Amino acid sequence: MAKQYETVIGLEVHVELATKTKIFCGCSTAFGGEPNTHTCPVCTGMPGSLPVLNKKVLEYAVAVGLAAGCDITRYCKFDRKNYFYPDNPQNYQISQLYLPICRNGKVEIETEAGKKPVRIHEIHMEEDAGKLVHDEWEDCSLVDFNRSGVPLIEIVSEPDMRNAQEVIAYLEKLRMIIQYLGASDCKLQEGSMRADVNLSVREAGTEAFGVRTEMKNLNSFKAIARAIEGERERQIDLLESGECVVQETRRWDDAKGESYAMRSKEDAQDYRYFPDPDLVPIVIDDAFLEEIQSRQPEFREEKMRRYREEFDIPDYDIEIITGSKHMADIFEATVALGSQPKKVSNWLMVETLRLLKEKEMDPEDISFSPENLAKLIALTEAKAINSSVAKEVFEAMFASDMDPVKYVEEKGLKTVNDEGALRQAVEKVIGDNPQSVQDYKNGKEKAIGFLVGQTMKAMKGKADPGMVNRLLKELL
Amino acid sequence: MANIISDETIEYVGILSKLALSQEEKEQAKKDMGSMLDYIDKLGELDTSAVEPMSHVFPVKNVFREDIVTNGDMREDILKNAPGEKDGMFTVPRTFE
Repeated sequence: MAKQYETVIGLEVHVELATKTKIFCGCSTAFGGEPNTHTCPVCTGMPGSLPVLNKKVLEYAVAVGLAAGCDITRYCKFDRKNYFYPDNPQNYQISQLYLPICRNGKVEIETEAGKKPVRIHEIHMEEDAGKLVHDEWEDCSLVDFNRSGVPLIEIVSEPDMRNAQEVIAYLEKLRMIIQYLGASDCKLQEGSMRADVNLSVREAGTEAFGVRTEMKNLNSFKAIARAIEGERERQIDLLESGECVVQETRRWDDAKGESYAMRSKEDAQDYRYFPDPDLVPIVIDDAFLEEIQSRQPEFREEKMRRYREEFDIPDYDIEIITGSKHMADIFEATVALGSQPKKVSNWLMVETLRLLKEKEMDPEDISFSPENLAKLIALTEAKAINSSVAKEVFEAMFASDMDPVKYVEEKGLKTVNDEGALRQAVEKVIGDNPQSVQDYKNGKEKAIGFLVGQTMKAMKGKADPGMVNRLLKELL
Repeated sequence: MANIISDETIEYVGILSKLALSQEEKEQAKKDMGSMLDYIDKLGELDTSAVEPMSHVFPVKNVFREDIVTNGDMREDILKNAPGEKDGMFTVPRTFE
């Protein structure tokens, strides 16, 4: 019988923090600036420049640590990780090895077999590197240091995951914690969340870990799932054919569906860490911890529990809405403006999700305001516009967050409730469509649908369908 | 000299520091490194078992910056430090992963 193998996975997750400035200097972290316009002597590693820690970075790191059940290191410091690469202007990265800010955490994930804890080994603060661009025309590479010094936290898990589903559940869990804190938008595609997968296999039932590899360049959940499956098979094939797994870093090529080793022995990694003498130690007292704790938001699980108690909406809606902090904020603010929860939830679950999917957008990118959504709901409640007009107005609001009341007025979309005008239109439709009238009278109930449609068309979509129906039945 | 540096060590340190050393330079580096380590070994003669490892020379802690942008665009000045420049970026020898 073939041997059974178990996959053992641990994750290193880098998260770009949503600060305005870099970790050690007053340069902007704004994305998309012209190359090197957000740089200074500190983030380009000029001799004699002095790094000073951005307090917000420490606050975010501690807040994430507390939310992930970590112990906060009361005496903490930075170390230099030495390596040469052109995107690293100092020839060392400022990071934390000996006394990382958070240790010994734990988060709970949902798996098919129920809840499961994933332990967090540590969280440390560090700086990002610059960006290398390879010149197509000349024999050189180009360096943009705008990203150099952008603050990161690295969250290192214990090897507690056993398959791709657990890995994705863990990443989702981290993303929810961090997004709810506003510490990062955590977008894998844009690189504000990056996951490196450490994976080994062992024969089922054995205790000792196998030799692991580290996989990089995974920028979607799908790529992560495929890379895990691919690496598991590669390692099992090696073992089955009597070969050994080599401990190495591999780069996943998602288009080809395979990975290749990134570094040769010539580039042995020996980082020679030592304490950074330019940065003074950080001592965290109770008052600081209490302040961060008091500012912690209501996290997703609590929010879901509260929604179930407060609002009469389906569990599925609660799950989707709380799956994005931004969407949950819009939901709550709109309800607070007096709209019925079920109505608000419907607009988010149906039209909003449809448009997000159509435009390949993230819920975090929703730009309409709760005020305008509340106004739109009020218009439909008052029957001032019918449902197809409401959808049209919503689409415009989704695109540019305009005031629906003004929009309806300017475009003349108000429902015609003038019974006289409507009666005239219905009479004309009946006169113009004797065949359908006959069909209806012969018992073909469906024929009335056609007549309603014709009337709506004549009224340019602005009639109240209920009233049209009633008038038709009356006149027939 | 108490510390003898092997050929392998000097080769390895050369790779780590991205230096291509000639045979002559390697011999010199072996001598220099050996005498540096001898000098450092002197510290080992002290009994430090009761001393906490020091990470910083000043009794200073918690020096922070507020999260406010204070730097403007200083690309022109920064690029003056570049070995070469193209399209507002530093040029470096072609580098692959």
